[in-house]
Amino acid sequence: MIRLIVGVVVGLSVLVTTAFAADPVEIGIGYINRAGVKPTLSLVEQPAANDGVAGARLAIEDNNTTGKFLNQHFTLDELRLRPGDDAAKAAVALADRHDFIIADLPADALLKAADAVRDRGTVLLNAGAIDDRLREEDCRANVIHAAPTRSMLADGLAQYLVWKQWKRWMMVVGSREEDKLYAEALRRAATRFGAKIVQERIFEDTGGARRTDSGVTLIQRQMPVFTQQAPAYDVLVTADENEVFASYLPYRTWDPRPVAGSAGLVPKSWDAAQDQWGAVQMQNRFLKLNSRRMTALDMQAWTAARMIGEAVSRVNSSDHKTVLDFLKGPDFSIAAFKGQRLTLRAWNLQLRQPILLVDGRMVVSVSPQEGFLHQVSELDTLGVDRPESRCKLP
Amino acid sequence: MWRHCLVSGIAVWLAGTLPAGAFIAYVSNEKSNTISVIDTDKWAVIKTIKVGQRPRGIEFTRDGKFVLVAVGDDDTIQMIDTATQEVADTLPSGPDPELFVQDEAGKILYVANENDNTVTIVDIEKRARVGDVQVGVEPEGMAISPDGRFLINTSETTNMAHFIDTAARQIVASVLVDARPRFAQFKRDGSELWVSSEIGGTVAIIDPAKHTVTTKITFDIPGLRKEAIQPVGINITADGKTGFVALGPANRVAVVDAASHRVTKYLLVGQRVWHMAFTPDEKFLLVTNGVSNDVSVIDVAALKVIKTIQVGELPWGITIAKQ
Repeated sequence: MIRLIVGVVVGLSVLVTTAFAADPVEIGIGYINRAGVKPTLSLVEQPAANDGVAGARLAIEDNNTTGKFLNQHFTLDELRLRPGDDAAKAAVALADRHDFIIADLPADALLKAADAVRDRGTVLLNAGAIDDRLREEDCRANVIHAAPTRSMLADGLAQYLVWKQWKRWMMVVGSREEDKLYAEALRRAATRFGAKIVQERIFEDTGGARRTDSGVTLIQRQMPVFTQQAPAYDVLVTADENEVFASYLPYRTWDPRPVAGSAGLVPKSWDAAQDQWGAVQMQNRFLKLNSRRMTALDMQAWTAARMIGEAVSRVNSSDHKTVLDFLKGPDFSIAAFKGQRLTLRAWNLQLRQPILLVDGRMVVSVSPQEGFLHQVSELDTLGVDRPESRCKLP
Repeated sequence: MWRHCLVSGIAVWLAGTLPAGAFIAYVSNEKSNTISVIDTDKWAVIKTIKVGQRPRGIEFTRDGKFVLVAVGDDDTIQMIDTATQEVADTLPSGPDPELFVQDEAGKILYVANENDNTVTIVDIEKRARVGDVQVGVEPEGMAISPDGRFLINTSETTNMAHFIDTAARQIVASVLVDARPRFAQFKRDGSELWVSSEIGGTVAIIDPAKHTVTTKITFDIPGLRKEAIQPVGINITADGKTGFVALGPANRVAVVDAASHRVTKYLLVGQRVWHMAFTPDEKFLLVTNGVSNDVSVIDVAALKVIKTIQVGELPWGITIAKQ
């Protein structure tokens, strides 16, 4: 008799129905983010304190709407580092409670955190770091990347500039380490897609405030001078990840030329203006929940949390090994309002994704551009491809 | 012999170009905020009707007196009087209506509201909202079982087909399908429910009694990347033998043997093919091509595209009835 009852229960559980007797499957996801918010030149682009985590919170809601029908329940356990905090210790503390941690950390901190939790099988989802080395020489088997790389962003921009026949680039590079990395990605993109960098200039970061009472007058005098006597060029490409100068350049160049890169036409994983492919519903849900518009970092965190939700719904299990195997397997894909399915590059666990080109008000274009072909996926025309990859996962 | 060939040749040629009978098609143009009215005798647009913001889902009422069109950005459904071919009234639909379906009697309308995860139930005659059902994230596709007992709603981000008991107005089962389910269609005999997954790139065949996916239709077009194959609209012939699946940016309509669930042919149409409708005699299938701003006419017997008709910008939905 008992056997019969067990049989009936097992039979029923195969059906996805709304009437559940059992407690839901609980899936806790950790979220760890870096201390502080970096200042921007434009006041309207100043990130909110919950930049990133707000996207993860929306994804948890979305996961739970689905979970309602599958008897699965998701929670987010948020941990914000303070200046001087050790990311590895914080990750270990979160790993005591959760098998999946979404991380918005700088590259070195991310690696420390990943290595500290590796032996217990915890998986990190990188939502914030765009460094190529995390997917190349420093790749890890327990880190999945929802954020795009610098080279994907640079390639997305370069494809459009080349399609537009703006092939002569004048490049202005900041003096910080990240600017050099971005400039390197832009040089690589120019070589790959047939653009020419006619000249490079360095904009020294000498410190200084981003808000002043008579800043515009000064900037208006400085920027034309800085950009004069350039060889003939089509577009001014900037590499300024720390918001030192790039946003000062549009409309202020000596020659009347468009600006791209860190200001002007900017490559991003997401933008508040993105309204194609059903994105309006997503933007509305985000606005309703957070009373502000959705940034690229919000989207990367949303995608990371949805990737876990998607995998859990497919394997119908909270066992992290089963979930991870599915995420890494050939059947995984995620819909993220970008017009096509996003999948993981098996060789370095980087999420393939289209790159939006935005001007702050509108989505100007979406790369890959038509005509940039690839034998596996056109999305692999963006970033470091398998044959060039230096990542060797076990 | 020659004469015989010639005669039959002319017969084929005539069959291909003869008028389809007096049918009329209404096409919603998402970007132009208009409806293009097509006369299937002339295969030409005979009128363009101005409607509200972002018209998408479009259907004739069962009595043929109105064409209902969901104007999502105006949060309503407009009723076009088919006699005057002008907007005559509106229905209270709930926010951002996209697709909807009527019950067999044409009295009750079920509307998917993408913005607030609900299906709204509307009494068409009274023009009144009579109920709501909470569903998954971004409800979209709507279908009703031939016996009228179950309403199907697909939710795009939840990736499910929800079975809603139409009497109790409650979800009785939810079936997981591939990513971003857009459209649901029953076989006329109720034996199968087909659900297209735009991002997943498949059509799930669901057993409506068992609530399980029995098989999936997959698509493989030489020279096209998998990401470009995005199934959306589905139409199945009344005899249940042949299915047509619009493949979005793959610019093709797949012809499917509805018994074996295998693709037998791909028909090249316009760019970003979206929704489709048969003429009532099932001789022709009209499909909307969003990016190329036209409608392709498929000869159903010959499985050939015979005509292209220019309409407004971003044609989305289509409905056809007798004049």
